[in-house]
Amino acid sequence: MNALYSLLFVFLLVLIPLFGVDAAHLRSIFGVCIPMTAFIIFLVGFIYKVITWARSAVPFRIPTTGGQFKSFDPVLFPQNKLDCPQTGAQTFFRMVLEVFAFRSLFRNTAVSLHENNGPVVAYKSSKWLWLFAITFHYSFFIVALRHLRLFLEPIPFFVHGLEFVDGILQIGAPTMYLTDAGLVLGVLLLLGRRLINPRINYISYASDFFPLFLILAVALSGIYMRYYAKVDIMAIKELTMGLVTFHYHVPDAITAPFFVHVFLVSVLMAYFPFSKLMHMPGVFLSPTRNMPNDTRAKHHVNPWNDPKIMAHAYADYEKEFGVPMAEAGLPLDNPENGVPHDEADA
Amino acid sequence: MKMHYGFPIIAGLLIFVVAITAPFAVGKAVTKQYKQPEPKKVVGEKECIESVEFMRTEHMQLLNEWRDWALRDGKRIYTNHAGKQFTISLQNTCMKCHTNKAEFCDKCHNDAGVSPYCWDCHVQPEGLK
Ligand code: HEC
Ligand code: HEC
Ligand code: HEC
Repeated sequence: MNALYSLLFVFLLVLIPLFGVDAAHLRSIFGVCIPMTAFIIFLVGFIYKVITWARSAVPFRIPTTGGQFKSFDPVLFPQNKLDCPQTGAQTFFRMVLEVFAFRSLFRNTAVSLHENNGPVVAYKSSKWLWLFAITFHYSFFIVALRHLRLFLEPIPFFVHGLEFVDGILQIGAPTMYLTDAGLVLGVLLLLGRRLINPRINYISYASDFFPLFLILAVALSGIYMRYYAKVDIMAIKELTMGLVTFHYHVPDAITAPFFVHVFLVSVLMAYFPFSKLMHMPGVFLSPTRNMPNDTRAKHHVNPWNDPKIMAHAYADYEKEFGVPMAEAGLPLDNPENGVPHDEADA
Repeated sequence: MKMHYGFPIIAGLLIFVVAITAPFAVGKAVTKQYKQPEPKKVVGEKECIESVEFMRTEHMQLLNEWRDWALRDGKRIYTNHAGKQFTISLQNTCMKCHTNKAEFCDKCHNDAGVSPYCWDCHVQPEGLK
């Protein structure tokens, strides 16, 4: 049901620009106003969200570890530096692998229950999610970077490089990009996972399906525009360069598929700061990943402690409450603390 | 409440914001105002193989089809919508009218960020780059 609603909503989103441009002739609304507004919402919303996160309370070290802590015998039990990082540098490398290689997903395991003279629980490595995710994210990233050819003049060298590598198979003209296929395939796999796997389907909300359908629609509209509908790219570059140089202009040669694509991207940008897609900055702020596991080596002072409240060591505590503790029969480190003061004085 | 890891977070945020708004800065400072390139006009001919709109958006597809027709189907004559016939050839048909590659094809392609690999094999006329 959640999936169906999301799909219907994306269909609706496709219809809006079709009517808006073809029937209502709102070309500059859909070509300039909506994308620019969406970009501003994206930027301001993104910054706002990250700042609120930065201002929230930071927990005590809570890294999730998956390896050996530095031990008394480093030869017999060597420290696992990536899964149990204890210094800033080790944590940094852990984060680099997390952000660039999705290492947590790579270490994903699947649990299964078997019957063998009684129930047996088995764990096995399960790399599918990692594979889907990495295909999807890198394809999306490269596709986004390639779009810079429309927003920069002169076009920087790395955009040419990406274009070349991405079209290396030289299939057809315009050449097919590998990332186009990778992006669609990646979204379909991530979507299929949510639809087919009953356990994941059960925990999927509309807010999980909607971004996937939206990104799928963005990708398909872009592919349709480039390989099938064929839009006038030079006219589009005039529009997009108009956006970045603030000389807004919508050439007449631009046709409806472009407006559909841009509208869907605008929706994605405006939706981004309020959605689960904020895991993009969020991954950097994951406290279970970005903290060194050094609680046994360093004294941590709770940052929001009131400085006026002084530390109260156990020795002092026992001095203060030794008498009632002794009366209650609690063991005392120093038995003298249990002797009532007036008796001790006497 | 104050920020606990303010410096790295603000620094990271700043890098992101600068990167994503860089096209605006480059556009304002370097490009200033962008106009579509104007490919060199053809002298002596009025019409392309198909309509200008069609050529602007679909010439790569047309060339791809030409290549297949000529080399796979052995069909070397193309009849356009008006019924006029052309020999199917990149070098001898397109480039006969559009004699200057650098002033015509490359004008658009530079701005669109594409560099068709056709000229690895096909001989380009004047305007060699
Ligand atoms: C009006 C501008 C314009 C002119 C003039 C032009 N092209 Fe193109 N051409 C383009 C654009 C824009 C693309 C990129 C299409 C895309 O990326 O989807 C392109 C792509 C191509 C491609 C496919 C390249 C690839 O790797 O995807 C070929 C081949 C091509 N053009 C051949 C030519 C030839 C040959 C000429 C000269 C006779 C020419 N074009 C003139 C705008 C133009
Ligand atoms: C008979 C001569 C002739 C041939 C052959 C020819 N063209 Fe053209 N082409 C023209 C003329 C003339 C124009 C300009 C039409 C106009 O501006 O009204 C033109 C326009 C174009 C444009 C649009 C340029 C612009 O300014 O927007 C492209 C792209 C193009 N031709 C590509 C090709 C390709 C690719 C081929 C080979 C498949 C080809 N032409 C073959 C004469 C020719
Ligand atoms: C690997 C070298 C090579 C590359 C790269 C190449 N071609 Fe060709 N092309 C050939 C050869 C060889 C022929 C055959 C010539 C013949 O039989 O007339 C040919 C023929 C053609 C023909 C039909 C005949 C003619 O004389 O033009 C077209 C059209 C054509 N190529 C278009 C293209 C386009 C467009 C590209 C770039 C997207 C391209 N080719 C890239 C080698 C190449």
